[in-house]
Amino acid sequence: MTLEGRVWKYGDNIDTDAIIPARYLNTSSEAELAAHCMEDWDTSFVANVQPGDIVVAGKNFGCGSSREHAPVALKASGIACVVAETFARIFYRNALNIGLPILECPEAAQATLAGHTLEIDLSAGRIRNVDTGQTYQSTPYPEFMLALIEAGGLVEYTRRKLAEDHG
Amino acid sequence: MAERAMTLAEQILSHAAGHPVQAGDLVIVEIDRCMSHDSLTPEVIDALQGTLNTERVYDPSRVAVMIDHVAPAASVATADAQVRVRRWVREQGIPHFYDVGAGVCHQVMIEERLVAPGQIAFGTDSHATAYGAVGAFGTGVGSRDMALTLASGRNWLRVPETVRVQVNGRFRPGVSPKDLSLYLCGLLGLDGADYQAVEFHGLDWLDLDGRETICSMTTELGAKAGMVPPTGPAVADLDVPEWLGVQPGATYAREIVVDLDSLEPQVSVPYSVDNVVPVTDVGEVPVDLVFVGTCTNGRLGDLRAAAEILRGKHIAPHVRLLVIPASHRILTAATADGTLSTLLDAGATVGTPGCGPCIGRHMGVIGAGEVCLSTANRNFRGRMGSPDGRVYLASPETAAASALAGRIVPATTR
Repeated sequence: MTLEGRVWKYGDNIDTDAIIPARYLNTSSEAELAAHCMEDWDTSFVANVQPGDIVVAGKNFGCGSSREHAPVALKASGIACVVAETFARIFYRNALNIGLPILECPEAAQATLAGHTLEIDLSAGRIRNVDTGQTYQSTPYPEFMLALIEAGGLVEYTRRKLAEDHG
Repeated sequence: MAERAMTLAEQILSHAAGHPVQAGDLVIVEIDRCMSHDSLTPEVIDALQGTLNTERVYDPSRVAVMIDHVAPAASVATADAQVRVRRWVREQGIPHFYDVGAGVCHQVMIEERLVAPGQIAFGTDSHATAYGAVGAFGTGVGSRDMALTLASGRNWLRVPETVRVQVNGRFRPGVSPKDLSLYLCGLLGLDGADYQAVEFHGLDWLDLDGRETICSMTTELGAKAGMVPPTGPAVADLDVPEWLGVQPGATYAREIVVDLDSLEPQVSVPYSVDNVVPVTDVGEVPVDLVFVGTCTNGRLGDLRAAAEILRGKHIAPHVRLLVIPASHRILTAATADGTLSTLLDAGATVGTPGCGPCIGRHMGVIGAGEVCLSTANRNFRGRMGSPDGRVYLASPETAAASALAGRIVPATTR
């Protein structure tokens, strides 16, 4: 699985209220969540985000609430991957569970700037900054996690596995 | 050979796994209790019915569903979502259902004894760490993790390392468990215990209310679970399994010592919970709204502490004081013992037990330029309403004193 996208760069402790404020949680509509993603922090995000873009952030990305709406809002906005120095634990599970690839890589997160283009090989855990030529190594996902992401998340992956087992 | 000493988290996850495990191990375990509230349950139902095609939850008796986040409903969309939750609860035969007004999910879980020492409990809410107040391993998960757990009864966990907090001394007048939590947030930061458990030692004397406050607040350190060892008068009437207890020699990732005798009232300054200073250093901060409530600080002890400070006085002009008891039981008790009338006489207004405006969805959200001093747990931008409002976090004592003064001040000793 290889991705290439333009970078949105954010700092440390981007919380779930920043990603999607609770006042918009009265909908499960992915399009509506995407329409308000990041709006309290970066009003240019919704207007300019393109499918395939990548979010790069500092430490503890996604801290706060257990709302799965946060990774859903990013994914529905077109974000293909989040690279951060570290992730908050609930966000980490939620992102993978909804099929949004995320990579922990402090070196890449620190050196990447807004507007750079990253090329990411998820299977290898390799991140290449197209603008600087630098390559970074994150821990590669195990096979099942790649299959889970590819399936679109935990629930879809489980459904497929159950179908295989019973098929 | 002597068995290796374990942290509380290791003990609980070892018991559930059926073999000794240690920090770093991955385990698949039965989840003893599942709590899901109105804010995430619609997505849980979507996952169960839509994708997993699961007609029945694995074991309804393990499941509790609460309507607390937007209760009563503030919009037709929310009301419709709650209609669907209630219908699903009936279809599934889920016995533990608590509707509008019962209270904040975590308070109800503990009050109704839906979670017990040594159990593993998942909640679709990050503050499920509160269950550590009774010596349970409580942790927050998203809707898909909850759906899979409801479908199978199980889920996977990584056994967390543990941060040991040794607490010495006693709170001084005007200082309370929230000040300990805020102090730790300032000291350790928002990711100070990311992926880890936090164990509090030296608090045998602390009541259940205080234990709930500090365990729920470990979430703001990024913790997976927060626990007070289940010993002392507060948990004397709970069944603590014989295998659960502090084991000297357990391995901790980090040890921190806090001396309560010198702890001052703390306040968290927007827009980050770990931006903490002593109240005396916050400067001149006039407040528009003072909010006493939530799973963090809406319990009877919190309401009484506020009432003591407000007794016979009246809040400052132009200040609103909103009190939301964390549960129906608390509201009833506060009515019976006169706490509520003291608060009302001082100028408070009272809301339906539940989450109130904590997550900015109803019942007292703030507007642009407004300042709220809240006893809740988060002050991120936009958390309680307008992104241009500012939320400060403090104890019920500081909240009451600030409502009287019209600006953020510590509670003076009486």
